[in-house]
Amino acid sequence: MANDVVQGPDFPERDYARPEVNYLNWKQTVSSWLLSQDHKRIGIMYLVSISIFFVVGGLFAIMFRLELLTPEGDLLQADTYNKFFTLHGVVMIFFFLIPSIPAVLGNFLIPLMIGAKDVAFPKLNLASWYIFMVGGTIGVIIILVGGVDTGWTFYTPLSTSYSNTHVFLAAMLVFITGFSSILTGLNFLVTIHKMRAPGMTWFRLPLFIWAHYATSVIQVLGTPVVAITVFLVGVERIWGVGIFDPALGGDPVLFQHMFWFYSHPAVYIMILPGMGVISEVIACFSRNRVFGYEFVAFSSVAIAIIGFLVWGHHMYVSGQAMYSNLVFSLLTMLVAVPSAIKMFNWTSTLYRGNVVWETPMIYAIGFIGLFAIGGGTGLFLGATGMDVPLHDTYFVVSHFHYVMVGGMVMAYLAGIHFYWPKITGKMYSQPIAKLCAVLVFVGFNCTFFPQFLVGWLGMPRRYHSYHPDFQVLNVMSTLGASILGIGFVIPVFYLGWSLFYGKDAGSNPWGARGLEWEVCTSPPDPHNFHEIPVVTKEAYAYTGEETLSV
Amino acid sequence: MSEHHIVMPKTYATVLGCLFVLMAATIGASYIHLGSTYNLLLALFIALCKMSLIVMFFMHVKYSSKLTKVFAASGFFWLIIFFTLLFADYMARHLSTSPFAGSPYGG
Amino acid sequence: MSSAEAKADRSPYLAHHFESIEQQEESCTLGMWLFLAQEVMFFGGLFMAYAVYRYMYPDAWLEGSGALSIKIGGINTVVLLVSSFSMAMGVYYCQIGNSKNLFRALLVTLFLGFVFVAIKLKFEYFPKFAEGLFPGDGWGPHGHYADLASFGDQGALQIFFFLYFVMTGMHAFHMLIGFVILVVLMVMTKQNKFGPQRFMPILFFGLYWHFVDIVWVFIFPMFYLVT
Ligand SMILES: [Cu+2]
Repeated sequence: MANDVVQGPDFPERDYARPEVNYLNWKQTVSSWLLSQDHKRIGIMYLVSISIFFVVGGLFAIMFRLELLTPEGDLLQADTYNKFFTLHGVVMIFFFLIPSIPAVLGNFLIPLMIGAKDVAFPKLNLASWYIFMVGGTIGVIIILVGGVDTGWTFYTPLSTSYSNTHVFLAAMLVFITGFSSILTGLNFLVTIHKMRAPGMTWFRLPLFIWAHYATSVIQVLGTPVVAITVFLVGVERIWGVGIFDPALGGDPVLFQHMFWFYSHPAVYIMILPGMGVISEVIACFSRNRVFGYEFVAFSSVAIAIIGFLVWGHHMYVSGQAMYSNLVFSLLTMLVAVPSAIKMFNWTSTLYRGNVVWETPMIYAIGFIGLFAIGGGTGLFLGATGMDVPLHDTYFVVSHFHYVMVGGMVMAYLAGIHFYWPKITGKMYSQPIAKLCAVLVFVGFNCTFFPQFLVGWLGMPRRYHSYHPDFQVLNVMSTLGASILGIGFVIPVFYLGWSLFYGKDAGSNPWGARGLEWEVCTSPPDPHNFHEIPVVTKEAYAYTGEETLSV
Repeated sequence: MSEHHIVMPKTYATVLGCLFVLMAATIGASYIHLGSTYNLLLALFIALCKMSLIVMFFMHVKYSSKLTKVFAASGFFWLIIFFTLLFADYMARHLSTSPFAGSPYGG
Repeated sequence: MSSAEAKADRSPYLAHHFESIEQQEESCTLGMWLFLAQEVMFFGGLFMAYAVYRYMYPDAWLEGSGALSIKIGGINTVVLLVSSFSMAMGVYYCQIGNSKNLFRALLVTLFLGFVFVAIKLKFEYFPKFAEGLFPGDGWGPHGHYADLASFGDQGALQIFFFLYFVMTGMHAFHMLIGFVILVVLMVMTKQNKFGPQRFMPILFFGLYWHFVDIVWVFIFPMFYLVT
């Protein structure tokens, strides 16, 4: 067993009481929050803001799911429908999926996990949040003045020449929000390199940190490319001509290249941090060191690098060279390998572990199953032949929702439930939370599995009306969506309830390993640690005898 | 205070001299006709030399840690990835024989 | 070391979350280089678009490049290289603690930056605006550029000038940001904020300025010297 490499615990197993003074209450003015440079408070600010954006994005989804109950376009007109799915995509991707785990949990946990007092650049961290909110404000303005209808991909020449909606504002939104993401990534990279506590070597880092390292590489090196791409789209909107304009001899496919050079790796910005959370949760609730730690760590880095080599799989039917299609297809198969390694190692971690079925674990196991389906169908679409009939059908929609919602949102919920006692110092009601986790799992599958089928049958995405033959599956999907919606709303209530009436969680309710659990109080001290800890052991030093106090 | 290398004015001046020479070389090279590809490659090569001089001496990378060197190179490395796969498409687009000849989307 | 000891010999420049000046300096250096790596990708996107269209329209590139003055471009290259040199000297003077010369070096850098932008506007942008080389509705080369009007593929030519304006414009925009920071640094120099103990801000601005210089080192042969 991998437990052999772990030496005994170097921090005495004890439970710190909830501290009188903690990062939540040591200063209480509004400005002490809005101008806070504390990574924990900035994490909370992100948590609040992305939750609001999640609701906004979800409302659009409810509207078009209702429209799709019937084959005719009765609830929404075609142009409204186009705006709604575009806004759903833009809000969910740029304001929820990309910032969710890095900006909330990453911000909160990275310094705690590596034994630092803060991230390397606290002011920059605060600036990132403000830049994010400026982008969010533009998003709200877009919604108020009439929306945008190009799809979140802003394909040219639709976005540059034909759309009459607010593409320029949307380009600004992507540009500005992108810099928030870049600065967060930059901050994390430097923090992980330079702020680790004494003894916290690279191979003692929690896998959450490795995942965020890989994510940050993509954020720093990928995001500027999409920024300049949407900048060019914006310029083209203003000048009336541009390099993507076929009238001049420009190549709209070049836009797709530049867009997907970022936007495929962006998928990994969304999913890699989720994988980091899953590693933490699986290890804790199997009472086992993550099987093949090094493989999981390096697979994150491999995903970040190979992820940059596969963008052309979005462009098989765009007019891209066939030989390019072949190469991109091959590389796409390759990027599945590190993801598969992770899946294999998580499952192996369960083997002979003392599996404990707490709420975060239910989400994590859900993640493994759903991500397997999402990733596997990605290979269908990565195969050049298969992609042709499936391209732009609901099969694609379902595939990436399995990855983004089934994978990423499940991981986010796992993380929120896992770290909630650390963040707030309070414990929520386990039975309700477990029930809710199951509800989300069931609701999710009811929503999106029918979409695989309807896509397989040939229903194209992005239309407000469809052939009556597809109605049964669409009704199922909408019903599933209402279950899923309820599953997303309930946590707001029991987590909110726990803030006021929940019992004190203690510093380590899950019996988890790691500096954030073993050395920090819940909620943590404003300065994280009274003394910078010295680390002498591997991550995940579980013995199998840890006690649970929930 | 940590020890930080101080680059001497003489070094800076030498580098500036080299940069002038390279600039003259790149202008000169544009008047020699080697064929457009070779002219382009030569111009790129000279530009890369100028860049290296600036990065190494003006930007102190020669005296920096390995990690800084890696970070400094990362952007360029990623651009090479971008360029290679992007250009592969444009260069292969006009190849007439397709591995999918006769299939619905090949020809 | 214990926290009491650590507090006693903390430099006033050391932020609360760092343990030592070395850690702080190394972190800031890495952060700055990551920022520049980000900038490389940002400009890199433009250079990729450039490469694709140069490959697609070599004749338009030859024609368009012919309309740009090597003389003006060359002079501006010299101006920018010298400004980079004076910036590097600024770092040197800061490191040896000569604030007076640091101020002068920053002033020279700022002045040369102004010269660059002034030349760019007066001899390059304005004549092109006036004589129909700006892509879009106003397109229609005349006056000095009348020759271009007879070129067959006006669309490709517009793409060339679109890229010319966007890339040189983005470069000039970075210089304008540099001017603002330079003025701030000059004020701070006057207030004796910098010296051998604290030269990182100067060094980092230098990195930025040299990066902008490097972008020009590529723009110059790519636009002015097409053969
Ligand atoms: Cu992809």
